[in-house]
Amino acid sequence: MKTSELIQALAADAPQPTPSVGRRAALAIFIGGAASLALFMAAIGMRPDIRAAALTVRFQLKFLDSFLLALPSILLCWRLARPDAKPRALLAALAAPAVVLAISVVAELALIPRDEWMKKLVGSNAMHCLTLIPLLSIPPLGALLSALRAGAPANPMLSGAMAGAASAGVAAMIYATNCTDDSPLFVASWYPLASLIVIGAGALAGRRWLQW
Amino acid sequence: MGASADASPDDPWVPLMRAAIAGDQAAYTRLLDEIGRSVRAMARSAFSRARLGDADVEDVVQETLLAIHLKRHTWDGGPRVAPWAAAIARHKIIDAMRRRGIRRAEPIEDFEQVLAAPEAEDPHTMRDVERLLGGLGPRQQDIVRSISINGQSIAETARRLSMTEVAVRVALHRALKALAAAYRNSLT
Repeated sequence: MKTSELIQALAADAPQPTPSVGRRAALAIFIGGAASLALFMAAIGMRPDIRAAALTVRFQLKFLDSFLLALPSILLCWRLARPDAKPRALLAALAAPAVVLAISVVAELALIPRDEWMKKLVGSNAMHCLTLIPLLSIPPLGALLSALRAGAPANPMLSGAMAGAASAGVAAMIYATNCTDDSPLFVASWYPLASLIVIGAGALAGRRWLQW
Repeated sequence: MGASADASPDDPWVPLMRAAIAGDQAAYTRLLDEIGRSVRAMARSAFSRARLGDADVEDVVQETLLAIHLKRHTWDGGPRVAPWAAAIARHKIIDAMRRRGIRRAEPIEDFEQVLAAPEAEDPHTMRDVERLLGGLGPRQQDIVRSISINGQSIAETARRLSMTEVAVRVALHRALKALAAAYRNSLT
């Protein structure tokens, strides 16, 4: 088949009104996140003292960290779906949750006595954190990856990793309402580890599913 | 919709792309032909620098055009088409070179630099597309051949196969997607 003949076939394949990859990705994270939230509420639920806890700075910081991870990641997913993406500035924004986390750790170390550091770090929910965040990430990650298949990422592994980061951020916001360990020492030790598991899974899935 | 007002005068592909998205087949044919020439020059120079023969260049051109077609909704509608098309071409050329055992592909020069030297297709090469087409179902093969090689329209093909035009369109689109997947999975 000559190239000019192939072009005839391509030209005959009329454009179909497809929603943009960005819109698909936004819908995916919303639906996937809602599914995770519903599962979470049905199976586990929030901690009993949620009303009081929600007013404390330490609890709010958990949300801020997770939100600062989720927001640039979802924007990156959307950007990286284009083959000519130049995402440097947004990639730099991913440092934001690490910076906030580092500052809150320093503040916490200054605020609480030295002999409580280890107790706060170990907390009582580490295994919960390491299993529930990855589990709650599955619905948004699956939805995001399937939305991103419509894209053309130059680097499928990076796109998959960013889908993992976005999903981990959403899952962490949900899980944080159950977790009773609010100390930044705990959050800085276990939340990033749980997120890295999801990011790694996303990268592998991206290499497998986002090739085009 | 102001298509000509905000089209950049220095990228003649933008109005063609807009027309193509609006359903203008002739504009789309011309656009793909022009992009194909640039991809050919880019692939030829990348292959020669990697000391690969010229024989497979046309296969890469066809694979790239197929990718550009199937991913055209990822063009952002901005003032230029070339950087977007070049990114897809680069991705596909590096892929094709890897499949041919080139581990570390040299960075490929930009599209703009090769735009000046458009090349016509070499008609004497064996094509992956024929072999990969053979892996599709008989109905899909028939439809693709009918519209490409035999130059029939969708309507003519539908009449000949006693199908509705919509069914032919759907089958053609699926066949092109299957063809792109076959390229991806082919090892040679």
